[in-house]
Amino acid sequence: MLEATTRLNGRRRDWRQRIDAPVATAFGCIVLLLVLGSFYSSNFLSPQYLLQQLKVGAFLGIIATGMMLVILLGQIDLSVPWTVTLGAMMASAAAAHGAVGEALAIPVGIVCGLLIGIVNGVGVAYLRIPSMIITLAVNAVAQGLMVAYTGGFAPGDSASAAMRYLAAGTILGVPNAAIMWLVTGLLAVFLLNRTTFGRAIYGIGNKETAAYLSGVPTQRVVMIAFALSGALAAFGGVLLAGYAGKAAQSMGDAYLLPSIAAVVLGGTSILGGRGSYLGTIAGVILITLLQSILSVMQIAEFGRQIIYGIIIVVMLLLYGREKIVR
Amino acid sequence: MTDWRFHLAQQRGTLTALAIFIAMFVFYVANHPAGFTANVVQTVANKGVLLALVAMAQTLVVLTAGIDLSVGMIFILCNCVASYVVSGSALTTTVGIAGVIALGALCGAINAMIVIFGRLQPIVTTIATGAVYFGIALWIRPFPGSSPDFNSDIADALTGKIFDVVPTSFVVLLGVVLLLWLPFQGSVIGRAVYAVGSSEQAAYMSGMPVRRAKFAAYVLGGMLAAAGGLFLTFFTYSGEASLANGNTYTLYSIAAVVLGGVSLFGGRGSAIGAIFGALAFRAIGDLLFVFDVEPLWQPLFQGLVLLLAVSIGSARLFQVRNRLELFT
Amino acid sequence: MESLVPLFRMEGISKRYGGVRALQQADLDVRAGRVHAILGENGAGKSTLIKIMSGVVAPDEGRMLLDGREVSFPDPAAANAAGIVCIFQELSLIPDLSVADNIVASNPPGRFGLIDRKAQRRLAEAALARAGGEDIHPMALVRDLPLSRRQMIEIARALTRTPRVLILDEATSALAAADVTRVFDVLKRLKAEGIALLYISHRMHEIAELADDCTVFRNGRRIATYEAGTKSDNEVVEMMIGREYSHVFPPKPAAPVAGAFVLEARNLGWTARLNDISFGVRAGEVVGLGGLDGQGQRELLLALFGVLRGISGQVLIDGKPVSIGSPRAAKADAIGMALIPEDRKTEGLMLQMSVRDNLSFATLSELAHGGIIDRDAERDAVDEMIELLGIKTDGVSVPAGSLSGGNQQKLVIAKWLMRKPRIILLNDPTRGIDVGTKQEFYQLLRKLADAGAAIVLYSTDYDELIGCCDTVLVLYDGTVKRTLRGADITERALISLALNIDPVAGDAPRNAMVAE
Repeated sequence: MLEATTRLNGRRRDWRQRIDAPVATAFGCIVLLLVLGSFYSSNFLSPQYLLQQLKVGAFLGIIATGMMLVILLGQIDLSVPWTVTLGAMMASAAAAHGAVGEALAIPVGIVCGLLIGIVNGVGVAYLRIPSMIITLAVNAVAQGLMVAYTGGFAPGDSASAAMRYLAAGTILGVPNAAIMWLVTGLLAVFLLNRTTFGRAIYGIGNKETAAYLSGVPTQRVVMIAFALSGALAAFGGVLLAGYAGKAAQSMGDAYLLPSIAAVVLGGTSILGGRGSYLGTIAGVILITLLQSILSVMQIAEFGRQIIYGIIIVVMLLLYGREKIVR
Repeated sequence: MTDWRFHLAQQRGTLTALAIFIAMFVFYVANHPAGFTANVVQTVANKGVLLALVAMAQTLVVLTAGIDLSVGMIFILCNCVASYVVSGSALTTTVGIAGVIALGALCGAINAMIVIFGRLQPIVTTIATGAVYFGIALWIRPFPGSSPDFNSDIADALTGKIFDVVPTSFVVLLGVVLLLWLPFQGSVIGRAVYAVGSSEQAAYMSGMPVRRAKFAAYVLGGMLAAAGGLFLTFFTYSGEASLANGNTYTLYSIAAVVLGGVSLFGGRGSAIGAIFGALAFRAIGDLLFVFDVEPLWQPLFQGLVLLLAVSIGSARLFQVRNRLELFT
Repeated sequence: MESLVPLFRMEGISKRYGGVRALQQADLDVRAGRVHAILGENGAGKSTLIKIMSGVVAPDEGRMLLDGREVSFPDPAAANAAGIVCIFQELSLIPDLSVADNIVASNPPGRFGLIDRKAQRRLAEAALARAGGEDIHPMALVRDLPLSRRQMIEIARALTRTPRVLILDEATSALAAADVTRVFDVLKRLKAEGIALLYISHRMHEIAELADDCTVFRNGRRIATYEAGTKSDNEVVEMMIGREYSHVFPPKPAAPVAGAFVLEARNLGWTARLNDISFGVRAGEVVGLGGLDGQGQRELLLALFGVLRGISGQVLIDGKPVSIGSPRAAKADAIGMALIPEDRKTEGLMLQMSVRDNLSFATLSELAHGGIIDRDAERDAVDEMIELLGIKTDGVSVPAGSLSGGNQQKLVIAKWLMRKPRIILLNDPTRGIDVGTKQEFYQLLRKLADAGAAIVLYSTDYDELIGCCDTVLVLYDGTVKRTLRGADITERALISLALNIDPVAGDAPRNAMVAE
C-alpha cells in the first residue's frame, strides 16, 4: 500500500519537475512579447499572424531540432549554413532530372545532409576532433562544393512541386511547414525521452566517461546524432527552397546563430546533458516572434540586430547562469 | 640538455605551424611568376596581417578555455568607426586611432563582464554581443563609405614598405608581438590566463587572479581585433558593415588558432602560432592562385586543406593505449 | 615547544549547503609546534572546515581568531597571506603549467608584473629539495607527472608560502612508503620550527606516528578532542560513527572454493605497467588485489574490462580465450562482466541525471524492445534495486549528485547488479565511504559470492582484503609478487610483500610502517 503511494508520488513529482524554470520563462517571454506587440497593433494577436509565425518558424525549428541533439551531447554543429544550402541545391538539381528526379528530390536533399553529418560524426566520435573545428571545416568544404557546382551564380534549378507543397501549402488552413515541424518535433521528443538512443545522448552529454564505462556504444551514438543534425539541416534547406521556389547562395547563413540561440534560450545547457525539446520549441518561437515584431515595427536592420543581441543576453542572465562551484 | 627538451615540447604547436607556413610560403614563392620580390611578399603580408591580428585576438580568449564569436564583429565595427576618425591632421588621426583601439577594449570589456559576473558561457555571450556590435556598425555605416578628409598618408605608410623591402604591416605585427604578446606571456596576468584555461578551479585554489585574467584576455582580444579593423581601413580606405565579412573573419580566426597549435580546451598554445596559422591559412588561397587552379575550385580546396590539417592531430590517437584518455 | 594561547582558533562555525548542514557550531584549537589530527567519516565536515580555514568558502556563522585577533578570508590568497596554507586532497595544481610555475603560482618573483624566470626556477628547486622531491625537473609539465610526484609538488609549494599553520588534507594518500617517510621528516622539522600542523587522514598508523592531539568530527560537530595515544582504535571509530562498532566481517566459507576458473588471465601484459600476470577466479570466489597504490591494480581491472589497447597474453572466460575490446563487449551476456570504477563522480555516475536514469543506464538494451524503453519494466527494476541495496534517496527523480557519498556508491553498484553479472570487478569500492555503509557492502559481497559470482576486489584497506577475500594477489611493479590464500592472508604478509620484502625470510623488515 505504502509502496503504491510512493510510486504515485514519485510520478507526480516527476511531471512537475519536467516543466522547469527556463522553459516556463521562455513561454512567459513569448506571451509578454505578444502582449507588448498588441499595444502596437492588434494584428499581433490574430490567428493569421500567429499561424504565419509558426510557418516561418518551422524552418528554423527543424534546423534547431538537429542542433539540439548535437548540443545535448556537449558538441556544436557549425556546418549548418552550407548543409542547409547544399540540401536545397541538391534537391532542386534532382528535381530538374525528369519525373524520377522530381519524385526523389526531397530524399536526395536529405541524404546529402545525412552524408555531411556522417563526416562530422566520424570526425568527432572516432577521430576525436573538437566539433567546433571539424564542422567548421566541413562547412567550408560544403561551400566549396556548391560554389564549384553552381559556378558562383545563383542556381537555376527550381524546387519540385512536392517541395513547394510541403513548404508553402496548407491543410485545412494549417501551414504544411508547421505540420512538418510538428512531426519532426514529435519524433524528436519520442527519440529523446523514450528510446535508448535518447537516454544515451543525455548520458554522454553529462559524462562521456561514465557512459562509456557503462557499456554504451558512445561513438556510434555521437555519429548518428551528427548524421541526424545534418539530415535535419538539409531538410530545412529543402523546405526553404520549396518556400522560395528555388535555392540561393548563402541561404543557410542566417540560420546558424539563431538555431544555437533558440536551443540555448529554451533551457538546453550549451555544455550538454540537460534540456527538453519543449524548451527548444519555445526558443524557436521566441526568436521568430522577436525577428518578426522588430521587422513589422519597421525598426531598421541595425536596430534589430542590437535589440536581438541585448534580449538574448538579458534572457540568459535570467536563467542561464552557471552556479558557482567551490 | 634536458632543458631544451622541455622548451621544445612546450612550443611544439607553434613550431609545427611555423614549419607548415614556411613550407607553403617557399612553395608559393618558388612557383610564383614574379618570384621572391618585395611586392609579392607585401601582398602576402597585407592580406595575412588582417587575419593574423584577429587570430591573435581569438587566441587570447581561447587560452582561457572560452571562444569569442564576436571577434569578427568587433573587427567590422572598428573598421567602420576608423573610416570616420582616421582623418584630418596627424594629431586628429592619432587620437582617432587611439579611440578605435579603446573601442575594441570596451567591446572586450563588455564581453568579459557578462562572462565573469553574469556567469554566462562565452559561446552564447559572444553570439549575442556580436549581433549588438554589428548592429552598431551598421548604424554608423549603413553604406560603405569613407570620411571626406580621410588620412590616406598614414594608411599608405602603414601598408607600404620600409626601405622598399620589408612590408610595414609585418613590422607592425612584429611590434605587436614584441611589445604586447611577449611581455603579456611573461607576466603574472598572462600566466594566470593560461592557468584559468587549464583548470579554473585549480587556479582559484592556487590564489591566482582568475577574474582579472579573464578580463585581461577579453580586453586585449578586443584591442587586437580593433587593430585588425584599423588595418582593414588602411587597406580599403573605407568602412563597410559587411555581415559576411565579419562572420568569415570570426570563423577563419578559429581555424587559424587551431592550425596554430592552440588548444580549444584552453591552457595551451601561443599567439605566435596563431599568426603562422593565419598566414598559412591565407597562403592556401594564394597557392591555388599560383597554380592556376580555377577560382571556382578554390573554396573547395581551402576547405579540404583545412579538413586535412585538423585531422592530422588525430594521428596521435593511434598511440593511445588506455581508451579512458580519449575522454577529457 | 608548546604555547598556551592557541595560534588559530575557530568558534561556533556553521555552514549550510542548500538543505544540508555541513558544519554546526564547530570549534577547533590549533597550537603552534604541535600536530593536530582530524578524524571523521566522509560528510563529517572535515573538508568544509578546511575550506573555511583556507579561504575557499566563507562560513555562515562563527568566527576565526589568529593570534587572538579575529580574521576573515575572502579568498585563498588572503588566507595564504595570513600564513594559513592548505595542501588539498583534490590537488590544486595547474596541469598545463610547469612544476616551477605551479610552485610559485600565487606569488611569482619579479617586478612590474613580469615574472623573473630564473629566480622562479631557483625558488622551485629549493622548495623541491626541502620537500624531498629533488628528482622532479622544474620544467616538466604537471600533466605529464604521476599522482605521487604531484603530491610532492603540492607539499613543496606549500612550503614556499612560509606557513604558520599548515593543513594536510589526505596529502599522502598516493605516496610510496619512502616518500611518506621523507615527508614525515619534513613535517617533524616544521613542527620543531613552531609551525602548527593540521593533519587529516584515514590512516590510523600515520596518525599514531605523527599526531600530538586528535579531534573527532561527526555530522558537522566536534565530538571530542584528546591527546594522541590515549584512546584505542575501536573507541575512536565508535566516536566517528556514533554507535557501537565491531569490525566484523561476514564469515567466509569453511572450505576453499572449488571448480573451474570462470575468469582466467594468462601472461597478461600491457606497456610497462603490467607484466606477465596470471591468475584465475572461480565462481563464488573473492580474489583480492593488494599492494601499494599504483602497482598496476587499476590497470589490471581495466585490462580485463576491455578498456586498454595493446594487451599481450590471454584472457579466458569459462576456459575459452576471448578478446574483449570494450566495456560493451565485456558486459555482454556471453561474458557477463561488471566493473565498479575508481571514481564514482566521473566514471560511475552522471551526477546531474536522475537516480532512475543512472540505475538503468547499463541495462538499457535489456529493458527496451527495439530501442524503445519499456517504462514499466524500468520502474520495476529500479525499485527492486533500491530496495535490495537500501539506497536512501528522496525519490527516483532527484539528481544522483544529491545523494550522500555512500549512497552514490550504492547506486553505482546497483547499476551493475541490475545486470546480474557473473564476474564482478571492483576498483577500491569503499574509498571515502562511511563505516555503516561499508558493513552493508561487506555483507552484500559475501552474498554475491555465495550466489556464485566470481569477484575481483582491489582495495587499499588491508582489513578489507583480510576480511573479505579468499585469495589475495599482492602486486608490485605490475607483477604478482605472491599469491596468499586463506589463513596466510595477514596484515604483516600484505604489508611486507607490498614493500617488496619477503615476510618469511626471517628478520622483521626494517622499513615497515606498521607498529607491531
